[in-house]
Amino acid sequence: MDLYEHQARQLFEDHGILVPRAEVTDSSKEAREIARRLGGRVVVKAQVKTGGRGKAGGVKLATDPAAAELTARQILGMDIKGHTVGKVMLAQPVDIESEFYVSYVLDRAAGRFLAIASAEGGMEIEEVAATRPEAVARIPIDPAEGVAAAKAAHIADTAGLPPQTVDVLVRLWEVLTREDAVLVEVNPLVRTTQGQILALDGKVTLDDNARFRQARWGEQKSAHDDPLEAAAATKGLNYVKLDGEVGIIGNGAGLVMSTLDVVAGCGARPANFLDIGGGASAQIMADGLSVILSDPAVKSVFVNVFGGITACDAVADGIVQALETVQLTKPLVVRLDGNNAVRGRAILDGRAHPLVQQATTMDGAARRAAELANAG
Amino acid sequence: MAIYLTKESKVLVQGMTGGEGMKHTRRMLAAGTDVVGGVNPRKAGQTVDFDDRAVPVFGSVREGIEATGADVTVVFVPPAFAKAAVAEAADAGIGLAVVITEGIPVHDSVAFTTYAKTKGTRIIGPNCPGLITPGQSNAGIIPADITKPGRIGLVSKSGTLTYQLMYELRDIGFSTCVGIGGDPVVGTTHIDCLVAFEADPDTELVVLIGEIGGDAEERAAAYIREHVTKPVVGYIAGFTAPEGKTMGHAGAIVSGSSGTAQAKKEALEAVGVRVGGTPTETAQLVVAALEAEA
Repeated sequence: MDLYEHQARQLFEDHGILVPRAEVTDSSKEAREIARRLGGRVVVKAQVKTGGRGKAGGVKLATDPAAAELTARQILGMDIKGHTVGKVMLAQPVDIESEFYVSYVLDRAAGRFLAIASAEGGMEIEEVAATRPEAVARIPIDPAEGVAAAKAAHIADTAGLPPQTVDVLVRLWEVLTREDAVLVEVNPLVRTTQGQILALDGKVTLDDNARFRQARWGEQKSAHDDPLEAAAATKGLNYVKLDGEVGIIGNGAGLVMSTLDVVAGCGARPANFLDIGGGASAQIMADGLSVILSDPAVKSVFVNVFGGITACDAVADGIVQALETVQLTKPLVVRLDGNNAVRGRAILDGRAHPLVQQATTMDGAARRAAELANAG
Repeated sequence: MAIYLTKESKVLVQGMTGGEGMKHTRRMLAAGTDVVGGVNPRKAGQTVDFDDRAVPVFGSVREGIEATGADVTVVFVPPAFAKAAVAEAADAGIGLAVVITEGIPVHDSVAFTTYAKTKGTRIIGPNCPGLITPGQSNAGIIPADITKPGRIGLVSKSGTLTYQLMYELRDIGFSTCVGIGGDPVVGTTHIDCLVAFEADPDTELVVLIGEIGGDAEERAAAYIREHVTKPVVGYIAGFTAPEGKTMGHAGAIVSGSSGTAQAKKEALEAVGVRVGGTPTETAQLVVAALEAEA
């Protein structure tokens, strides 16, 4: 789960990292009040979970409260790389002497976290790493030891950061581990002309798997900008909205990804990813079908199940029961294979729904679903 | 021979007395796995009857090893307790811990995979279906009746794609199939399995199944170029996955331009690995490669 900048800023502050004074709002009128409270001059920053805000015009300096209201009005509702700006953060400007970069990221290959730090902050770290790799320090962290003062000093020293950043590096590691984040990034970390070290902008990604032990996330569901994704999430479905016409239901993340690819290879575009997992009960099937059928872009639906632990006759029963509660409005192509496939196919044949057809292979079913979508 | 798991393997099940643990212990026993015990401190001393076999429950992994000589553990405990369970198994000196549990926080996986290495314990998973050596032993949740013993080795991030390929190639059969798991951090990688399959006289060809996210497949490609003499056939899922979206598996995410299916396919093809466009086409490539070898 990616956090907004203002949420990341709050976590930094909670762990004793200095941040600029700031407040967040979805109203331009309130923006004026906030600017007044913060002393008049503010930076107005679009809250979107994507990079390149500045270039897109989503970060602007306002010199007084009236200008802050006007700027907030311009930025709220703006589209930045497909993300609509719902909130702005207004922050006190700071006088920057120098900018640094620090982050802790997961090194998947090594199975460890990595400290990445550079004395060249403010720009995209990938660009710095590509053009001047020697300017970026990458230091693996032993999970049993973590980052205490000595390790932090080593990171700062290797990256050429001033000694005052050591404390920030230690606290940032606390953010990573205590908040169950898989990414924390401060860019830029700045030294002000008054000599303070301040986290000016940051990014935090929390680990969805840790929800069970992070009570404070309770209400903070993963934000779904897409209404279909939001509807699927309330039903506990593992659903991702895509841009195509063929609705997809399958069991197992790998098989569903593969199904999307095979449909795309047949000249149609998948409308979604939906993994119903091992269970494939009638309820899950009905919930999945109803979400997919409520997508106006969908012209056909492809149910692709390989019966491993799940028996195909149970899946077929689930489909038949789902058809009792869900009004099928689009053709449904079903491929059942594996455990009890013959029995499962017979159950669907017995139901003889006019909009349901079967194919015995994944490739054949994908072709059929693509044809139906392209014809519809 | 096979890899990691044979009919000699003595298997403990941590979390055997839970719902999933009971269901799959029964299936493992039916597949011929030598399940020698369960582990649950609250039920130590009891036995659990699975059809014709009474399986003892031990209070700790150490007790289980001392009583039975177990060398493999299959972990079904819930995410909140998985880290402690794996650490306990590693401390007891188990050789292989197969972590089926899905939904373990990354910090815990980082901690226990790193710790297990210091103890000489191999971890498979987490968030994986386990591994099967058909006709010999089954440690995890892979259906045992899809296929038979044979000469193909398989390593995959995905459970259902493993089953699909096992099914497509059921008439040829498999030496060992390893589901390494779909989390960003896993204990055993594609490369680890390639090393083992290369050394395994029962394996003639390796099927390598990958998916978007990370660079494990690219690393595997680099390893294949230098060290693998047996034919490898690949399949990659997730060409149509959008950037920045997690596709079911916690590790299946394209970040910016990294972790794409296209890059993985190209890396594998560049070292001579044939990569199928669909699971069925992948199976056909395997058949053709085996015929060419013959």
